[in-house]
Amino acid sequence: MSSSVTTTSPDAPEQAAGGSKGAPRLRTRRKHSPGRPKRSILLTVLTGLILVYTVVPLIWLVISATKTQDGLANSSGMWFSSDFALWQNIHDTFTYHDGIFVRWLLNTLLYVVLGAGGATLLAILGGYALAKFTFPGKRAVFAVVIGAVAVPGTALAVPTFLMFSKMGLTDTPWAVIIPSLVSPFGLYLMWVFATEAIPTELMEAARIDGAGEVRTFFQVAMPLLAPGTVTVLLFTTVATWNNYFLPLIMLKDPNWYPLTLGLDAWNSQAQTIGGDVVTNLVITGSLLTIIPLIAAFLLLQKYWQSGLSAGSVKE
Amino acid sequence: MRRTTGRLMRGITLLSVLALGATACGGSDDDSSDQKAVSAADIQAALKKGGTVNVWAWEPTLKSVAANFEKKYPKVKINLVAERSGDKHYTALSNAIAAKKGVPDVAQVEYFALSQYSLTKGLTDLAPYGADKLKAKYTPGPWNAVSDGDKVYGLPMDSGPMAMFYNKKVFDKYKIAVPTTWDEYVEAARKLHKADPKVYIANDAGDAGFTTSLLWEAGSRPYKVDGTKVSINFDDAGAKKYTDTWQKLIDEKLVSPINGWTDDWYKGLGDGTIATLTTGAWMPANFVSGVPQASGQWRAAPMPAWTKGDKASAENGGSSLALPELGKNKELAYAFVEYANAGDGVQTRVDEGAFPATNAQLQDPAFLSKKFDYFDGQEANKIFADSAANVASDWSYLPFQQYANSIFNDTVGKAYVSSTKLSDALKTWQDASIKYGNEQGFTVEK
Repeated sequence: MSSSVTTTSPDAPEQAAGGSKGAPRLRTRRKHSPGRPKRSILLTVLTGLILVYTVVPLIWLVISATKTQDGLANSSGMWFSSDFALWQNIHDTFTYHDGIFVRWLLNTLLYVVLGAGGATLLAILGGYALAKFTFPGKRAVFAVVIGAVAVPGTALAVPTFLMFSKMGLTDTPWAVIIPSLVSPFGLYLMWVFATEAIPTELMEAARIDGAGEVRTFFQVAMPLLAPGTVTVLLFTTVATWNNYFLPLIMLKDPNWYPLTLGLDAWNSQAQTIGGDVVTNLVITGSLLTIIPLIAAFLLLQKYWQSGLSAGSVKE
Repeated sequence: MRRTTGRLMRGITLLSVLALGATACGGSDDDSSDQKAVSAADIQAALKKGGTVNVWAWEPTLKSVAANFEKKYPKVKINLVAERSGDKHYTALSNAIAAKKGVPDVAQVEYFALSQYSLTKGLTDLAPYGADKLKAKYTPGPWNAVSDGDKVYGLPMDSGPMAMFYNKKVFDKYKIAVPTTWDEYVEAARKLHKADPKVYIANDAGDAGFTTSLLWEAGSRPYKVDGTKVSINFDDAGAKKYTDTWQKLIDEKLVSPINGWTDDWYKGLGDGTIATLTTGAWMPANFVSGVPQASGQWRAAPMPAWTKGDKASAENGGSSLALPELGKNKELAYAFVEYANAGDGVQTRVDEGAFPATNAQLQDPAFLSKKFDYFDGQEANKIFADSAANVASDWSYLPFQQYANSIFNDTVGKAYVSSTKLSDALKTWQDASIKYGNEQGFTVEK
């Protein structure tokens, strides 16, 4: 857990294998070892380009958040203008339209806690069951789950809307939370993870010791599944936090909007007759919106990194 | 990105409209003609009793109006939902009507979209509430847009008589005269672009609302609507005037290919690379909030005429407040709409920068002599009021204008990006609109 994951180029395992035989391949060993893999200029350049490609919009966002509406139009996007209005922008974002931004933030948290949390819980239970028990129809379930991973949520949004509308659930938070509870990808991940992470022998030992199925699950399996749980939790959190299309068609009352919809509503004011143009608040709001996600990643990364590498090395 | 979203939204809107149509066909067969008249006493009683009115409207000035209304009638609560606008507003409204759930009591509906909702019986006829007696209060253009025979489907909230806004600093710099006719406009466009290749006289990447306004001004009447019998025909003298002139601007690349309402557009209006903007009289408020850096540089002028001295004008934009059929608290809702659009609310809104549709405000000396700081003290309302008075009132939009506008870029838009002629492109738009109308159960012909 303490060791950070080192990047290895594809040929690194061969190097490691060669090294362990003890053959005195001095030149190769000095230049690159498992700890210091061979460098490829092409890959470095490509990675560099991708880094720039990913970081530039972020830099733009941070810089733009410091500008007033006036400054946004009059200065280059990649450098600061003379007016530093970040604190004013943050203040305005939180107070504009009677502070509805705070409400949207709380809504998003609610959807994430109930939706992503629930999705993770269901994925653990389902993944565990599929990995460790045999029952008729398992292959069919597998086919359905894999199929479901391939269906984009957007394609299901309109049918889901019609269904929820029949049930009278549209325009309520449930219309966002309930569909978020289903995460085929999370289930698949937990399934694969549970297969690797929980030795069947351990479960048998627990049963021989007299533990019931519930106790075996909570006391033996759950701790072993922790890294996978964190990974799934991160994925579902990001998916729910960024969800735009589902709330867009489900919700009409701005009091139930998540941040994505709210910021979009502010943005579209600029395209309306008599609308108030608040691009600076949209940008600052976007910056504020991604901060909790970055925080979640930083706090949870050591758990999920160890999770990602589980099963990759045979002890 | 924006275009993708646009297409997506268009798809949803379409779906909702279909659902809406289905509801209207299969739904109630109540005859709205024998609706009982609602007396002023009924409305007063409802106001005394109190209740909540849900209003979906993005017009920013309604906030103060709602606050004043609540002060006047303490038992009434106005729940103003203001975060949706444009396409999304109509998607939400159509969805709510189709689902018969969460329908607002009052909805802001732009003039071009009104007949779509009134025809599917989505809106309450306000005539029995006394709206039919308000005709004299409004200028002819907006009243014509909200009424159909003796039925009234909304009260006009604002209007958008056309005017030309121009960047005086740019025109002064190159010593070019401000155009008063479209021929002079083309001439000015050439001079401007020659003087500085970065400067365009206007942005136009194909905009349905702008095109229909120009056709309206030129005397073209492409849409004729009689119940479900509709005709669409762009083959008249007015349309020819428009295509002949605008084709020159497109061919010589004298209009900047920027879409309206984008970041680039706001930037262009601010830095002088878009020199004029011909649009509705509501624009000053958008200038103030969206283009603050160019304050003092812009002025208003009458819309260029097709023949010198001709004063005919047209409308662009503008919206009404309407009562969806499925809304509740009809008496209260009507009381609020009347207060906002015919009563004391009008002045509140005008004071906050809205452009009225009412004669009283348009003729008020205080209104006419208002000095616009943004236009360096110009009394621009005189130009707008003059334009409002010269709007021909026999224009009609399609009962499916929202759809027609949504396919504008796929049809007429081609004239802006390829060698397709504008006149041919209009024909394509006409054919596509006819096809859609017939599919929707209208009888549409040329």
